[in-house]
Amino acid sequence: MSSGDDGTGAESDGREGPPKHGLAGPAPEERPHPEGRRNSQGIRIDPEAEAEHEPRRAVLSALVEDEPGVLSRISGLISRRQFNIDSLTVGPTTVEGHSRMTIVVEETDPDIDQIEKQLGKLKPVITVGELDPDAVRTELVLLKVEGSEPDKVHAITEMYDGQTLDAGAETITVQLTGDEGEIDDAIDAFRQFGIIEIARTGYTALARGNQATAPGEKPGTANEPTRPTNTQ
Amino acid sequence: MSKQARSPDGEADADPEAGTADATDPETFEPATNGSESVIHALENAGVEAAFGVQGGAIMPVYDALYHSDIRHVTMAHEQGAAHAADAFGVVRNGPGVCLATSGPGATNLVTGIADANMDSDGLLALTGQVPSDMVGSDAFQETDTTGVTAPITKHNYFADDPDTVGDTVGEALALAGEGRPGPTLVDLPKDVTLGDTDTEPGPAEPPETTRPQYVADQPNVDEAADVIEAAERPLLLFGGGVIKADAVEEARSFARTLGIPVVTTMPGIGSFPEDDDLCLSWAGMHGTGYANMAITHTDLLIAVGTRFDDRLTGGVDTFAPEAEVIHVDIDPAEISKNVRADYPLIGDAGTVLDQLDDAVDRAPDAAGWRDQCLTWKEAYPMDYATPDDEPLKPQFVVEVLDEATADDTVVTTGVGQHQMWASQYWTFTEPRTWVSSHGLGTMGYGLPAAVGARIAADDDQEVVCIDGDGSFLMTIQSLSVAVREELDITVAVLNNEYIGMVRQWQDAFFDGRRMAAEYGWCPEFDMLAEAFGARGWRVDGYDEVADTVDEALAYDGPSVIDFHIDPAENVYPMVPSGGANGKFALTEDQL
Repeated sequence: MSSGDDGTGAESDGREGPPKHGLAGPAPEERPHPEGRRNSQGIRIDPEAEAEHEPRRAVLSALVEDEPGVLSRISGLISRRQFNIDSLTVGPTTVEGHSRMTIVVEETDPDIDQIEKQLGKLKPVITVGELDPDAVRTELVLLKVEGSEPDKVHAITEMYDGQTLDAGAETITVQLTGDEGEIDDAIDAFRQFGIIEIARTGYTALARGNQATAPGEKPGTANEPTRPTNTQ
Repeated sequence: MSKQARSPDGEADADPEAGTADATDPETFEPATNGSESVIHALENAGVEAAFGVQGGAIMPVYDALYHSDIRHVTMAHEQGAAHAADAFGVVRNGPGVCLATSGPGATNLVTGIADANMDSDGLLALTGQVPSDMVGSDAFQETDTTGVTAPITKHNYFADDPDTVGDTVGEALALAGEGRPGPTLVDLPKDVTLGDTDTEPGPAEPPETTRPQYVADQPNVDEAADVIEAAERPLLLFGGGVIKADAVEEARSFARTLGIPVVTTMPGIGSFPEDDDLCLSWAGMHGTGYANMAITHTDLLIAVGTRFDDRLTGGVDTFAPEAEVIHVDIDPAEISKNVRADYPLIGDAGTVLDQLDDAVDRAPDAAGWRDQCLTWKEAYPMDYATPDDEPLKPQFVVEVLDEATADDTVVTTGVGQHQMWASQYWTFTEPRTWVSSHGLGTMGYGLPAAVGARIAADDDQEVVCIDGDGSFLMTIQSLSVAVREELDITVAVLNNEYIGMVRQWQDAFFDGRRMAAEYGWCPEFDMLAEAFGARGWRVDGYDEVADTVDEALAYDGPSVIDFHIDPAENVYPMVPSGGANGKFALTEDQL
């Protein structure tokens, strides 16, 4: 019932009327189509340098207003936009009513940019940005192991500069801090004793030296508390 | 990502003592005595003229405070309608609308309307009642975690916890709804807070200090963008809804005309540029015109203003404007390079940035050949339709008759589906804020309550026409009782094919014609139903009745409904299948 194969095009002045159901005009295969393409991230593909972005791990620091529900607003945004989050830590800052969140994500560069921008839109978020790779970062882990070889456990704990928090006849609990690689190494070393439970905090981090941890944030002192400045 | 500075002590700058209820008459002004009165004073201070809502237990204190207010309250028949009406009021007025509902089901019934406003960046303030604070969390009667439910679909929501500050909270929520990229906000109002004693008047409504947008684009980026505009051979402007929301229509039109750059709009951008202008190619996307989709496929420089590159616009991203560099102007940094990479990101207010670009561009691009090409496409892919004698009334014809019978400033609202596409394709829009529809969320039933809100918002001499489908009309038909009770002059044109037509079209094209749950085969007699509501009603089956009935309905000073029984086999074309290439739009079903 529908035409569309009659080649009615711009050059045809004596064009027939439109089909009963549908419209007149050159069919899709009769039209020119450009060769170019975009990748799945909406980036125009440059044949010279075609590069799909691979996921990488990024540490974000956000200065937020410490109001009810702020944690769920942030974690909810990350989950509903299907971003992969490795860890999230939160704690007070030098300013009453402000908290710092350290968020570790594993995403592509465009998605890391999106996470920062989407978090930046949230009302309680004062400022957010990615930390440089050289930022000071550490995580804390509590390890509960079998207590049958206390001397050996003690030696390994010393080796990794850890502390024994609890030692009983059946279990020993130690605390370790360090970057992710150090923690992973230590956990491997403790495996010989039989690990019963692990609790890890995920990274918390600060920028080095005089660099601001969150964009626009000024290094704070007791007299001059941390606060963001308007950089726009 | 750094935001606006806060004062050193972390406190907001606003001085609570500075507030005066300046919108109220000093002669009759009565200071607030409780939280509810403070809420209403905050609305009055902000110049709110109308609110749409439904009464209920937990919101009763706020309604009681409205009793003495000059704010026009429109009692809706369902909270979803209240949200849509407030949304449409905001679209027509270009400022946030206000809706109210009680706790529990009242609040959850608002959710669809809030989500709709969120997807279309429509300013909207929702005020919801809540059970008393000491009962929150106890699963009390009509308790719902409203801030939890609405967090993902609001710019921000607030749980009021103090009668002394609730007015300021409402003022802040209203200001935030309209600031930068508009959107919905919500304040949940526990009954003890609204009933609680206070003598604190709300201060001036200020948006939060952490959300201040950037208005002026960075000049180096503007200069770079200006250079590529001058050098472009096939430049194309893409105007989104943001152009209208930013009140940048004049700047946008002047920019296009000065530089001779053809214009495509998005659906929410309809009205930003006159569709009867030679430069205008109407709107692009899934059911956009063939010429708009050809232009957007072949441009070498896409200058996109106030759009978020929705998938219904882009089709498959791989084939979207595949050879174009993209200049993207938007006030929301998160929209830059979200779906389509911006080669030249310009974060700022649409009007401001267009002025900046206008200053920075020294000469118009040499685009005469490209303009001719666009005109050739207009010729090649006409939006013509046949009206064969042996087939029932064509919906396109009905839309064109309505358009011809009404003035340019007529406000058109729609539901969602085939009728919405025909309305947007065959009505020639020339003015901003005359196209009021549900785009991003695709909310069937939006049209009739939106017409109620648009009617309250529009000038008295402006017509308001709701083009609806039979499916959409049935979803919110109770709003007709509001139109009758409030004596609203609106004309509803139902394009009735006794199908969920868009679904039926897809079933025929992609599901081998299995018309599961899309085929009514029967509808109420909408003309008689309208009369039962107290509105006027007509039924139209043939071409020769269309014009006269339209004239009669438009002339009637009150709500009227015309039930147009249209060709049930008619489909919407052009069509870019989901994820397909815009340039490969189908003109008939066998091309899909």
